[in-house]
Amino acid sequence: MSLLPQLSPFTIVLIPFAGAIAIAFAAGRPGLIQLLSWLTAGAFLLAVWGLAGAVLTGTVVEQAVWEILPGMAIAFSIEPLGLLFALLASTLWILATPYAIGYMTHGGYGNLARFFACYAIALGAAAGIAFADNLLTMFLFYEILSVSTYPLVAHDGTEKAKRGARTYLVLLLLTSICLWLPAMVWTWAATGSMTFTPGGILAGHVDPVAGSILLILFLFGTGKAALMPFHRWLPSAMVAPTPVSALLHAVAVVKAGVFVALKLAIYIFGLDYLKTLWSTDFVLYVAAFTMLTASLVAMHQDNLKARLAYSTVSQLSYIVVGAMLASQLAAIGGGMHMLMHGFGKITLFFCAGAIYLASKKTLVSELDGLGRKMPITMTAFLLGALCVIGLPPTGGLWSKWHLVSGAFDSGHGLILAAYLASTLLNIVYLLPPVLRAFLKPLPEGESAGFKEAPWLCVIPLSLTALGTIMLFFAAQGGYNLMAVIFDGGWN
Amino acid sequence: MNLLALMPFIVLIPLIASGVVALLPGRTLPWVATLLAALASAVIAALVLPEAIGQGPMSYPFGNWPPPIGIEYRVDAANAFVALLVAGMAAITLLWAPKSVAAEIEGRHGTFYALFLLALAGLLGITLTGDAFNVFVFLEISSLATYALIAYGQDRRALLAAFRYLIMGTVGATFLLIGIAFLYMVTGTLNMADLAERLPELRDNNAVRAALAFIIVGMGLKLALLPLHLWLPNAYAYAPNFVTAFLAGTATKVALYVMLRFVFTVFAPDYSFVVLPLSTVLMVLAVAGMFAGSWVAMFQIHLKRMLAYSSVAQVGYMVLGVSLATLTGLTAAFLHLFNHALIKTALFMAIGCVMYRTGSAKLDDLRGLGREMPWTLTAFALAGLSIIGVPTTAGFISKWYLVLASVEVGAWWLVALIVITSLMAVYYIWRVIEAAWFSPRPQGAVAVQEAPLALLLPTWLVVGLNFYFGLDTRLTVGASTAAAEALLGAGVALP
Repeated sequence: MSLLPQLSPFTIVLIPFAGAIAIAFAAGRPGLIQLLSWLTAGAFLLAVWGLAGAVLTGTVVEQAVWEILPGMAIAFSIEPLGLLFALLASTLWILATPYAIGYMTHGGYGNLARFFACYAIALGAAAGIAFADNLLTMFLFYEILSVSTYPLVAHDGTEKAKRGARTYLVLLLLTSICLWLPAMVWTWAATGSMTFTPGGILAGHVDPVAGSILLILFLFGTGKAALMPFHRWLPSAMVAPTPVSALLHAVAVVKAGVFVALKLAIYIFGLDYLKTLWSTDFVLYVAAFTMLTASLVAMHQDNLKARLAYSTVSQLSYIVVGAMLASQLAAIGGGMHMLMHGFGKITLFFCAGAIYLASKKTLVSELDGLGRKMPITMTAFLLGALCVIGLPPTGGLWSKWHLVSGAFDSGHGLILAAYLASTLLNIVYLLPPVLRAFLKPLPEGESAGFKEAPWLCVIPLSLTALGTIMLFFAAQGGYNLMAVIFDGGWN
Repeated sequence: MNLLALMPFIVLIPLIASGVVALLPGRTLPWVATLLAALASAVIAALVLPEAIGQGPMSYPFGNWPPPIGIEYRVDAANAFVALLVAGMAAITLLWAPKSVAAEIEGRHGTFYALFLLALAGLLGITLTGDAFNVFVFLEISSLATYALIAYGQDRRALLAAFRYLIMGTVGATFLLIGIAFLYMVTGTLNMADLAERLPELRDNNAVRAALAFIIVGMGLKLALLPLHLWLPNAYAYAPNFVTAFLAGTATKVALYVMLRFVFTVFAPDYSFVVLPLSTVLMVLAVAGMFAGSWVAMFQIHLKRMLAYSSVAQVGYMVLGVSLATLTGLTAAFLHLFNHALIKTALFMAIGCVMYRTGSAKLDDLRGLGREMPWTLTAFALAGLSIIGVPTTAGFISKWYLVLASVEVGAWWLVALIVITSLMAVYYIWRVIEAAWFSPRPQGAVAVQEAPLALLLPTWLVVGLNFYFGLDTRLTVGASTAAAEALLGAGVALP
């Protein structure tokens, strides 16, 4: 691993930002924009993996960039969960780059410089969230992520796109500023600290009643985790071009949300302290409700992207439930599901975009017989669906396994039942598109010739689909990485 | 010459220079002389501030008449900080001035800059003097000069705005004068330090109570504290852009300083906050100002008016800090006094750049301008982040202290109000950003160029300062804390 560069976390976060500036200056020259996008994504990938290599061999990485007020700093540190998130984001970014280039070029979109610049900024912000050492730094990058994705959602420029983008931004900003920010101030006022500390910082400073309110403020304030009733932004964001839905609204943005939830549970509240709060159960059941309701809604969506969006809402709540179970196993399962669902869902979105590019079809009911025309895409769709459902031979099995075991361990029978019921619902809404595509005949008048999307789109989706299978065999690595959190540090 | 002897020149340099500048011919020469005078003031103020913080109050008796007989300039951390702000902002806005003034004001510029220097000398005099009557004199000097400066505006409504400000400003100054006269009547002295010694014996005197009330209302008018803010929106909207940028950063700030000086030093907080329900009154007005100002700003189509109403809201934040009457609250007030000057000046400068090119500050005329004037509008957006209070900007620091001060006294509902009004700021800034970048250029609009560097560089300098003071808080927080301590005195126990 020593072959890769070992940069400081702040430098790594700055790479996409620097790339974005370069891309912005390349406006009007598509070739240069593409080259710079590749370079930025590639440099970011190498930097994150280089850092991972260093951290896994036992280097402690902490960096205080700037102290604004005494005790309040912009600071970064690497811990297992954040490392996992950054690895996920950087890996999927390099896979999404060719897809985005192919999709945007073949789809005839304009304003490419703005698009790819904002795309890069969003990834930089995700890295900032992943490496943040305290609440303030996290908040800062969280808001950068919200704002930088607005132009991406509104990219079409139509009135519908703008309306969707406005809902998106308003919900995310409102929840974070009205709920998260006061919770952060409260934490600071009560404990004099905002630093993520294993075991939490609230215990002993904040009584359980106040702690319960804080938990509600924090978790509902994390709008990106899409707990009901603050989930509306995610379906609204589906007006965006598919590369945005795929990388940002299946991975970077939403995973940032659940990452924040997990990080708060483990490093601000601490699992032991969580158990003493009455609102833990409240949030737990809200999340379980979200999980089931969103699945039920997804079943009735004929628009493929909308169905996937509601599926995301549901899957995010799996992870929030994992955090709120206050059990180590479930928390680890939550972290793993972040990874597994990331690979599975990006595959599904890539496929939805490929289907749209190749055949202009957006509805599930139009997919009849499409497996004959687009065999690669639909096979990848099947694998992605299996991963999200949690069936072998995909990695999704293991994360759900740990989540369910965690629910069993902590004695929440109802949650256990909810997990299982939701998994059944997953099957009901994710497999029909595949079954239609392979088992039903093509509609009258369509020729059965082989017609895949451009290769720039098909190769990435094949790779992410293969990734889900690889994760089936490599899941133990993710488990070991996160088990470190509870073993008392790295060394 | 030692620093003490140099200190009065903070006021004297602009005052003397104004007479010279009035006679200078042409356009460049008056500007250069004015800039040099303002820079000299700012440099001396910058030298005085660390001395005042480190060594305690500096006193300079005029004509060697010892106070309380003669007039005294008395500088502690509080007014040294404000003086540095005023002189510094004057110098920075002057860097921006020449292009903008040349576009808006015809003929030679000697008179204009002479008036500007008079206004500056007045503001600095108010800040530094330790004599109550002297405050009134300098207040009149700066006010009269300001009325004239506003009337220079191109729009004919500028005349009406200036006249309205003249009426309201005169009422405010008169109230101040009545208050000072009452104090003189019962104590026989005009020196502030002397007043502070004599007033405790007169706690139950009705004239003293009335004096406090008159002074607060009078300064509330100059400060544009709701509901006494009516002069401000039009005055800011129709004044020449350079005047607006300068006034937005300085005039209301100095009025707030005078109010604080009287409430805390002359009367002492354990008097002011006891005989009058000052805490409650200020808090209610501050919160009302925060809401009303932000609310009205959300619906303005003239961007200078929008920023003016936003100023009314920001004054609310400062007064809110004062109303808490704690060290943290007062620190927050001073911090916001300083930071808001930076924020609002940057915003007005950016709008000034837009007006320089397009001749309009209407929201509709700004549509699609983000592509044609990217640097100007990016500056506006970044300064907008600061007024919203995004971390790493100066605006965040002052709001953070304000929130902490509210939490300290257990006023959680204030935190909620601060958050809500910040969201309103998000809205009115966002409208501009959406118009500039996400709307098409209106049909038939003429293509415009980016603003000239002479305007852009100073604008970006102030924007940069917003981020600098959002990250390096040693000067602002240190000086604000020292200022708050100087006003509250060490260990004042409040009810």
